[in-house]
Amino acid sequence: MRYLPKSPAERERMLAEIGTASIDDLFAVIPPEYRLARDLEVPRQQAESEIVEYFRAAGAKNSTSYASFLGAGAYRHYRPVIIDALVQRGEFLTSYTPYQAEITQGTLQAIFEFQTMIAELTGMDVANASMYDGSTGAAEAVLMAMRVTGRHKAVVAATVHPEYREVLHTYLQHREMPTALVGYDAKTGRLDLAALEAAVTEETAAVLVQSPNFFGVIEDIPAMAAIAHTRGALLVVSIAEAVSLGVVRPPVEADIVSMEAQSFGVALSYGGPFCGVIAAKEQYVRQMPGRLAGQTVDGNGNRGFVLTLATREQHIRREKATSNICTNQALVALMATIFLSVYGQEGIRELAEHNLAKADYAAKTLGAQPGAKLLFTGAPRFHEFVLQTEEAPAAWSQRLLGEKIVGGVELSRWYPELKNATLWCATEVVTREQIDTAARTLAAKPVEA
Amino acid sequence: MAYPADYRYTREHEWIEVNGSIGTVGITDYAQSSLGDIVYVDVPKVGDAVTANAVFGSVESVKAVSDLFSPVSGTVTAVNGDLKNTPDKINENPHGTWIIKVELADPAELEKLLDAAAYEAFISEETES
Amino acid sequence: MAINMEPAGSRTTGKVRLHPTQNEALLFEKSAPGKRAYKLPPLDVPAADAATLLGEAHRKTAAALPELSEIEIIRHFTRLSTWNYAIDLGMYPLGSCTMKYNPRVNEFVSRIEGLAEAHPYRPESHAQGVLEIIDLLQRCLLEITGMDAITLQPAAGAHGEFTGILLVRAWHESQGNPRRRILIPDSAHGTNPATAAICGYTVENLKSNADGGIDLDALARQVDGETAALMLTNPSTLGVFENQIHKIADILHEKGALLYMDGANMNALVGKVRPGDFGVDVMHLNLHKTFSTPHGGGGPGSGPVACKAFLEPFLPTPVLVRKAGNNGLSELHWEYDRPQSVGRVRAFYGNTGMFIRALAYILANGPDGLRQTTEDAVLNANYIRKKLEDLYELPYKTPSMHEVVFSDKRQLVHGVKTGDIAKRLIDYGFHPYTVSFPLIVHGALMIEPTESESLEELDLFIEAMRAIAREVEETPELVKTAPHSTRVSRLDEVQAARKPVLRWRPAE
Repeated sequence: MRYLPKSPAERERMLAEIGTASIDDLFAVIPPEYRLARDLEVPRQQAESEIVEYFRAAGAKNSTSYASFLGAGAYRHYRPVIIDALVQRGEFLTSYTPYQAEITQGTLQAIFEFQTMIAELTGMDVANASMYDGSTGAAEAVLMAMRVTGRHKAVVAATVHPEYREVLHTYLQHREMPTALVGYDAKTGRLDLAALEAAVTEETAAVLVQSPNFFGVIEDIPAMAAIAHTRGALLVVSIAEAVSLGVVRPPVEADIVSMEAQSFGVALSYGGPFCGVIAAKEQYVRQMPGRLAGQTVDGNGNRGFVLTLATREQHIRREKATSNICTNQALVALMATIFLSVYGQEGIRELAEHNLAKADYAAKTLGAQPGAKLLFTGAPRFHEFVLQTEEAPAAWSQRLLGEKIVGGVELSRWYPELKNATLWCATEVVTREQIDTAARTLAAKPVEA
Repeated sequence: MAYPADYRYTREHEWIEVNGSIGTVGITDYAQSSLGDIVYVDVPKVGDAVTANAVFGSVESVKAVSDLFSPVSGTVTAVNGDLKNTPDKINENPHGTWIIKVELADPAELEKLLDAAAYEAFISEETES
Repeated sequence: MAINMEPAGSRTTGKVRLHPTQNEALLFEKSAPGKRAYKLPPLDVPAADAATLLGEAHRKTAAALPELSEIEIIRHFTRLSTWNYAIDLGMYPLGSCTMKYNPRVNEFVSRIEGLAEAHPYRPESHAQGVLEIIDLLQRCLLEITGMDAITLQPAAGAHGEFTGILLVRAWHESQGNPRRRILIPDSAHGTNPATAAICGYTVENLKSNADGGIDLDALARQVDGETAALMLTNPSTLGVFENQIHKIADILHEKGALLYMDGANMNALVGKVRPGDFGVDVMHLNLHKTFSTPHGGGGPGSGPVACKAFLEPFLPTPVLVRKAGNNGLSELHWEYDRPQSVGRVRAFYGNTGMFIRALAYILANGPDGLRQTTEDAVLNANYIRKKLEDLYELPYKTPSMHEVVFSDKRQLVHGVKTGDIAKRLIDYGFHPYTVSFPLIVHGALMIEPTESESLEELDLFIEAMRAIAREVEETPELVKTAPHSTRVSRLDEVQAARKPVLRWRPAE
C-alpha cells in the first residue's frame, strides 16, 4: 500500500521488539465474535491514475462549461490562481490547529490578518477565526445574543436565507427559545418594518436579518437597529454575499455580524467547505463562539500570536461552553485572506462595482422580455434579482439548459406565494453575451399547439 | 499566606468578611494559586440576587475557568469594578481584593461556613488527596 | 542506536539542524496605496453608478484592506508557512487527532473542474457526477461502520455529535419521552458534554474503572428510564478497547437507552471490527482524522453520522435517495419531504470537497489497504509503548490500540510537567503529543503515531523522548524553559487574555 512506509521485514522486527508473535495478538482484546473475518466490501485498491480517472469521469458527468445565473448563498467569482498555489503548501495544508504557538506562527498570523480584514469589511470591532459556514454562523450568532442579553426569544426575518432559518430552527428547538418570523414588503422585498416593530418585545434577545437579503435586496439596517435597540435586543446581521461589502455600506449599527465568506476565493464545491465568520462589537467578545487569535509577545519581546480567550471553548468549559464548536475553517479562511490581499482596498470595490453593473444589466435585459417582469424594484440591490415569468420556470429552464445556461433558482420551494418567480445572480464572471442569450431564450416561448 | 481569622470560608474557596449586614466576598489564596494568573472575572450586577452555595460568577485563568460560589444568600450591593482591568490584583493580594459585596438575607447562614482553622485543615486535606 | 540526539546548535543531529527563517510583517504594514495584485477584464456592460444605484446603502469609506503586488503576497504567505510545523515535515504524535498523511491525489481530484465548480442548486440531472461520489462514499462508510443509514451533512466532528444526539432525542420523543440525561465517561472529549448540553440534556458523569474503561456496575446503577444515551469513545481516549462493549450495549438497551459512539478513534478499528456489529446505535466519523482529509491548520473538517435503521427517519434533510429516472435509468435525488427529520444542521449538503478527498483515500487503499492501515497504526503505538515504558509511567497497563497514554509522574519529581516535555520535543524536531488529556490521567502524555510513520521516524521519536527523560534528571531547567530553537519562545498567554488584541490597527 503506497501510503504505508514499512517493509514486511520491518513489521516483523517491530512485532519481535514488542514481544508478540503476530499482529492479530495486538487485536486480541477485541472479543472474537466482533472481529471482522472478511474483507470490507469497498472497491478494490486503485492506482492513482484510476482514481484520477474516476473523479474526472464524475466531474464530466456533472455538465461543465455551462453559464450559470445561480446564487442564493453560493456565489461564483473568479479565484486568483495564487490561492491554490499557496494553500497547498504542506505547511498550511497539513498543519494542525495552532495550539502549539511556537511552531504555528504562520497559521496564527494569517488568522490574525483574516480577523482584521473581516472586522474592517463588516465595520465591527473584532472577528473570530471562522465558523463552519454562514448558516451555522447565523445560528451561533443568535445564541451569542441570547447569552449577552440573558433573554430567550429571537425575531427572524423571512428574507434570511431559508436554509439558514432551517438551521437556526434545528439549533434552537431544544432550548426553549421561541422565534417569531417577520415577513417582507411585497413591493420592495425588504423586511416589513412595521411588522418588525410589532414583533420585537422586551423579551427579544436578537433580531436576525440578512443584507443583501435572500432576494438580493439591501435592507435598511439603521432602521432595524433602532427598533431592536429601543427594546434592548441585539441586531444580528447575516451576510451571505461577502463581496457586496466592497460597495455596500457595512452594517455598523449591528451588534453582531455573521458572514459567509465563500465569495472570497472559495470554490463552490457543491456547497462546501465554505467559511462562516462572526464579527461583533468589542464588548461582546467573551460571549463569542469559535477560536480567536490574539497578539502578544514572547520572552524576548518579539511579537507573536496565540489562540486566546480559550476558556470560552468546549475543551475547557465542557458542558458550559459557549458552543460545542471545535474546528474552524482555517484553510478556507486562509483562501479568503489571500483573495482579499490580491484585491485589496481598491480591488474589492472595483470587483463589487463590476458585479453591480452585470446584475443591473442582466435585471434590465431579462426583465424587459415579454412575459417577464422584475419583482422588488423599490429598494437597492446588489447582484441578485427576482424575475417573475408567465411561463412556468420548469419550461423555460429546459430551453436555457439546451443553450448551456443554468437560469435562476425557483423560489416557490421556499416562498409558495411567489409563483413562477426565480432568483437570478450575475457576478463578474457572467458575460454580456450569456445574459443576452439567456434573455433571447427566455423570450422564445414556443407557440402553443 | 495567612488566612485572616475574622473571615469565614467556603469549601469552594471563597472568603467572606462581614460588617454589619454587609458581607464582602473574595477568593482565597489557595484558589488563586491553583488557578494561576487570573485573566478575567465574570461578576453579577448590583441588585442581582445571590444564593448560598450557588454560582454567582466565575474567574478565569488562561487555561481554566472556575465558578464562584456565594457563601451567603442576599442582594449584591457593590461590584469591584477595578477587576475588569486589573484581575491580577486577586493574584497579588487575594485576601485584600474583594469581588462583590452582599446584603445578607439570613445571617444564620454564616454559621455553616468554615473558620480560618477549619478551612486550613480542609485545604491541607485537599492538597494531600 | 547510533543517532546523536543533541538538538541544540548548528551541528547536524538526529532530525533537526537550525537554519534562519525569514521575518515578515503583517500584510497591513507592507501596504502602500497604488500597489496592485489584480486586474479585472474590461466591463462588457454599461458601468453602474454605485452611488446612484445604492443611495443610502452605498459604502462611502473603503475597508482598509492592504494593497500589495503579487510577488509580495506570494512571499508573505510562503514566509508565514515556513513558521509552521506540518505532517509533511514530520511526525505529529497528537493523541486523539490522528494526524496521518494527507495524500496529494485527494487535493488534485477535489479541484477537478466539474466538481469544484458545481453549484449546490444546479439541477440534479446536471449534478449526477457529484451525487454518485456522495453515494459511493456513503456506501463505503456504511460498510466500514456496519451501520444502516448515514448523513454527510455535519461540518465537523462536534457538529456530527450534535446531529447524532439530535437523532437520539428525536427517537426518544417518538417513543413518548425525550428523557433527561446523557451519560458521559470522565475520559471523554470536551465536545461530548458540550454537545449534550446544547441538545437540552443534563450531563451525568460516569467514572472509569481501574482499567480506565467503563465500570459496568456503575453503569447499571446509573442507567434508568431517564437516560437517553451513553456517549462512548471506543477505543477510549486511553487507546483502550472496551472489551465489555456488548455488555455495555445490553445494559443501555435493556432500559431503552441508546449507545452513541464518538468515532474519533476509528483509525484503530477500520477493517478489523465494526461498531454496528458491537451494539452501537449511532456514531459520528471524522473524515479529517480517519479518512485523511487535511487539518489545514484547524479545518475544514467533516463529521458524517451513521445510524441503525430505526433512526433513519430522523436524519437531517435532505437525504440522498436513488429513484427511477427516465428511460429506465436510475437517478440520484435529494429527498426533502421527511416529516420526522430533526431538520437541517447546515446549509446545502455538507463539506463536499472533503467527501471527494475521503473517497479518494478509500479507493487508494481498498479493503486490504484499509486493514493494513489499521494494523500499522496499532503496531506503531505498541512499539512506542514498548520502547518508552521503562522511562515513562504507564498509568493503565491495559493493552493499547492506536495510541498510548503515559503520565509525567516520574518527571514531576524533578519539577517537570507533561507540558514541558511536550515543548522540549519541538527542539528535537517533533510536534508535541497531546498534553493533559484525558482528564482521568494526571499529567497525561497522549501519543498517537498513526500508520504514516516509518520505523526510522518512530526510532527518532523514541530517541528524542528518551533523551528528554535524561535531561529531566540532569538538567530539568533546560526542559522547563523549552523550546529553545523556535522563532519565538514561550508566548505570554496571560497578557493575550487579559488585554486581548484581536486585530491590527494603524499606529496613531
